[in-house]
Amino acid sequence: MRSFTYERARTPAEAAASAMRKPDAKFIAGGTNLLDLMKLEIETPAHLIDVNGLALDKIEPTQEGGLRIGALVRNTDLAADTRVRRDYGVLSRALLAGASGQLRNMATTAGNLLQRTRCPYFYDTNQSCNKRKPGSGCAAIGGFSRQHAVVGASEACIATHPSDMAVAMRALDATVETVRPDGPTRTIPIAEFYRLPGDTPHIETTLMPGELITAVTLPKPVGGKQIYRKVRDRASYAFALVSVAAIVQRDGTGRVALGGVAHKPWRVEAAEAQMPNGAKAVAERLFADARPTRQNAFKLALAERTLGAVLAEAKG
Amino acid sequence: MRFETPATINPIDQLKVVGKPADRIDGPLKTTGTARYAYEHHEGMPSPAYGYVIGSAIAKGRITGIDLTAAKSAPGVRAIVTADNAGKLGKGDRNTAKLLGGPDIEHYHQAIALVVADTFEQARAAAELVRVDYVRTDGAFDLAAVKDIAKPRAVFGGPADTAVGDFADAFAAAPVQLDASYTTPDQAHAMMEPHASIATWNGDKLTLWTSNQMIAWGVGEVAKTLDIPKENVRLISPFIGGGFGSKLFVRSDALLAALGARATGRPVKVALPRPFVFNNTTHRPATIQRIRIGATRDGKIAAIGHEEWSGNLPGGRPEGAVSQTRLLYAGANRMTATRLAELNLPEGNAMRAPGEASGMMALEIAVDEMAERLGMDPIEFRIINDTQVDPEKPERPFSQRRLTECLRTGAERFGWNKRNPQPGRVRDGRWLVGMGVAAAFRNNLLTKSAARVRLDNNGVVTVETDMTDIGTGSYTIIAQTAAEMMGVPMEKVVVRLGDSNFPVSSGSGGQWGGNNSTAGVYAACVKLREAVAQKLGFNSAEAEFADGEVRLGNRRVPLAQAAGDGGLRAEDGIEYGDIDKKYQQSTFGAHFVEVGVDAATAEIRVRRMLAVCAAGRILNPKTARSQVIGAMTMGVGAALMEELVVDERAGFFVNHDLAGYEVPVHADIPHQDAIFLDETDPMSSPMKAKGVAELGICGVAAAVANAAYNATGIRVRDYPITLDKLLEEMPDVG
Ligand SMILES: Cc1cc2nc3c(=O)[nH]c(=O)nc-3n(C[C@H](O)[C@H](O)[C@H](O)COP(=O)(O)OP(=O)(O)OC[C@H]3O[C@@H](n4cnc5c(N)ncnc54)[C@H](O)[C@@H]3O)c2cc1C
Ligand code: SF4
Repeated sequence: MRSFTYERARTPAEAAASAMRKPDAKFIAGGTNLLDLMKLEIETPAHLIDVNGLALDKIEPTQEGGLRIGALVRNTDLAADTRVRRDYGVLSRALLAGASGQLRNMATTAGNLLQRTRCPYFYDTNQSCNKRKPGSGCAAIGGFSRQHAVVGASEACIATHPSDMAVAMRALDATVETVRPDGPTRTIPIAEFYRLPGDTPHIETTLMPGELITAVTLPKPVGGKQIYRKVRDRASYAFALVSVAAIVQRDGTGRVALGGVAHKPWRVEAAEAQMPNGAKAVAERLFADARPTRQNAFKLALAERTLGAVLAEAKG
Repeated sequence: MRFETPATINPIDQLKVVGKPADRIDGPLKTTGTARYAYEHHEGMPSPAYGYVIGSAIAKGRITGIDLTAAKSAPGVRAIVTADNAGKLGKGDRNTAKLLGGPDIEHYHQAIALVVADTFEQARAAAELVRVDYVRTDGAFDLAAVKDIAKPRAVFGGPADTAVGDFADAFAAAPVQLDASYTTPDQAHAMMEPHASIATWNGDKLTLWTSNQMIAWGVGEVAKTLDIPKENVRLISPFIGGGFGSKLFVRSDALLAALGARATGRPVKVALPRPFVFNNTTHRPATIQRIRIGATRDGKIAAIGHEEWSGNLPGGRPEGAVSQTRLLYAGANRMTATRLAELNLPEGNAMRAPGEASGMMALEIAVDEMAERLGMDPIEFRIINDTQVDPEKPERPFSQRRLTECLRTGAERFGWNKRNPQPGRVRDGRWLVGMGVAAAFRNNLLTKSAARVRLDNNGVVTVETDMTDIGTGSYTIIAQTAAEMMGVPMEKVVVRLGDSNFPVSSGSGGQWGGNNSTAGVYAACVKLREAVAQKLGFNSAEAEFADGEVRLGNRRVPLAQAAGDGGLRAEDGIEYGDIDKKYQQSTFGAHFVEVGVDAATAEIRVRRMLAVCAAGRILNPKTARSQVIGAMTMGVGAALMEELVVDERAGFFVNHDLAGYEVPVHADIPHQDAIFLDETDPMSSPMKAKGVAELGICGVAAAVANAAYNATGIRVRDYPITLDKLLEEMPDVG
């Protein structure tokens, strides 16, 4: 870990402005991801801006009938909120499928969205990794890639995004609210928030450097059966091999987003249209451009079977 | 005390304290966080410095240059130890690779430097500033690729090849045959406490607080490596947060702490960071195993053959996976073969039940497959091939062997008769349900062990031995032994372990610790009883020790009084004759497992587990149960998830942290039952006890595998059985 300076920001605007002044600055929220990465010198910020003092820890109704979730709402509190459990069950379930109780007590909404990949080569600084060190190559290609992406990957990076929460947020069409370092606020639909790796896998979102997330808003509840199914090698405390967030209406229509398969939560509108026709039809379109590795090709069959189970559960 | 003939009645047989489920006497220290582990000693250490280990970034090759300039001038840095400046170092005999590498590199993350600074954070930050240049050379990293050039190699005192009768002919002639290959991956110990040490020098004398299972071995290894007399090395290891074999030998933390302390003149603390443990230390090596069984139609084994291939660094040893096959089942024609290839992965070495754990993973699937081919129940097939004698040397009986009873008892308790022998037929909601069984087998090893006991004028008995408690319960069973022998309650016994100033014990490993270390305490207590009796003028053979008194006829003297102000002390140990040559000593059991396999995703989840063990006298059913259920848990890990994944290009274990190397979590482990048959084995020691801690893991993984087969009809022969290996053959989901 490199030494760094530290400050506690008092307002979102102050935090963003401070990030603008100090180019090597990072926000720190729960610290459950950032600190681990700093210890391994995968992240090497020169300055930390602690955002825990910003009053962004509330869940409030919006005028549109949705919910506005403060960036600092802890994963535990979000999962337990009665409104979330009633109207956005897929989100509550996704949160509870992630990490462990202790971690969820610390993890925040914004931190969870911005957690970094679990590619093992990203974590080992002796190995080449374009995401950690642009231009150094990708050790996962041709290496241990069982966990990696099957769709939307590039020649530069085949990592997945590990968040469960983000998959549910994607299915719910959430919006990310931010303050830019130069002052103005903006909203980013979650569909436009994450980027595919392309040639720049180190740039993971459409946030500007130093842009602060203040909240995530959920639109008006859409009802339906809300299911989150996470498939993994052990029963808890493991990242998804494949996960499915589904909202299924009585008539069989609905939405579905997948985790564990791509550099971002994977949702394809054309695939969703096939939901009444069953899992195979949906999977065909979800993975029309899939390019799995030898080690992770099983994820295609797994995703289709999991989708099938989820759709059956929604019917039953 | 020499133990040459079977034990007769002795004070342990009273079972007033021994055999009772006493709570751990070290439990409160651990649950309150006051037990001091290796990294946590502060007394007499005003300002320790902290060391951070740097590991090699390549698997094989040479260091061509190390640039320490930036690191040396970083804040707080006091010294940087490398092979260049450490002075001439020897190498201990128990490890294959050097603990401090350079310029030659033997494996990935081999330690090549230690940065010592005033704080841990300074040491870690400076370590990142060290620049190392390497020249890589090609290495062998893929066991399957070098299998065919592997060479015969003996292990654990057995020959590389064994042959009885005519295996080839008998197998060829057998009407029912199985010829199948199995693989087990590299596995990590993944104990809770990483390797850690504090070293301090006083003149030419070194004191090392370290986390170590075998104190006397460690002293010898450190002395040899540093080229100093053994008398100048003191090792202290009172509490150990798990080891499973990875702490049988001192590791780089101990050596580098000693070198760092020498370089700085200060006490130095070194802990191996978790992501470093997996490639820096040892692991259970992967195996490829081929098993052939030929039987008559009525299920009698006519021929049984087991071949093993494993790899290790030059000079390393094979895993030894065929050893149980020499003893477990009858059959007139037999063969085993052990082959070792050179690999340049990190060092393979002992992990819980080395040899048998891996061997049973394969053998007990093979037996299940064979039973199916015969159309027999797998329990019945095992029972009709049971043997009461060493199948290679029929003149040599087992000291005790109640495998059949374990299987029958377990079948009854588990409800085996409800198992549908047709695989893939039982459904419970989204789960396909199956049951599996496997035998458990692990040898019982006799090794000498000594202790010192003191009696003071408060009637307190203090036991001192360099025995270790690696979470097993050694403190408690030793206290029970001394209490039984001296006729005092456990509260009157103080146990001090893990210090090389104490008499040399068996140490902890190979499930030999429980029986041998308590037998050593027994021997010392016999001497102490003699000293008490002699002081009082009693005939020691007739004196009775009970209720804190020593009695003879109508004379009764409190022990406290007998000890007097000077106290009494005695030291002795147990040593064995050739009783284990005349009788084969092994421990036996049966594992029963029920699994559910998700019909859609093929996730396997264990629903119920039972182990039945026959392992001599159970000294404490509570600590023994903890050992067995812990071993069952580890067996589930081996069956379903544990695998150090090899990057065959760069030659290292990729998933080198506890996020990537998955071991079972609570949610993976359902209700577990462990039953111990009521048994004593007079051939094992005056305690009549044997090991259980490794028996508990042997066979578990195969029982899980067999249950998964019974649930799905899909036979997976390559561990771990992850869902991707089942998916293709899983039935369609409707
Ligand atoms: C052992 C382990 C297991 C886990 N398992 C799972 C799992 O199964 N599923 C899962 O989804 N997750 C899992 N996680 C990840 C966990 O969910 C994340 O670590 C957590 O959500 C991060 O939140 P945080 O508040 O601690 O973020 P931090 O570590 O504080 O920050 C993470 C990133 O977000 C940035 N950031 C934080 N707040 C803001 C803000 N307001 N605006 C802009 N940037 C911000 C930080 O600069 C940093 O880059 C696991 C983590 C661990 C350690
Ligand atoms: S997959 Fe991405 S994160 Fe992993 S090594 Fe390649 S570039 Fe790095």
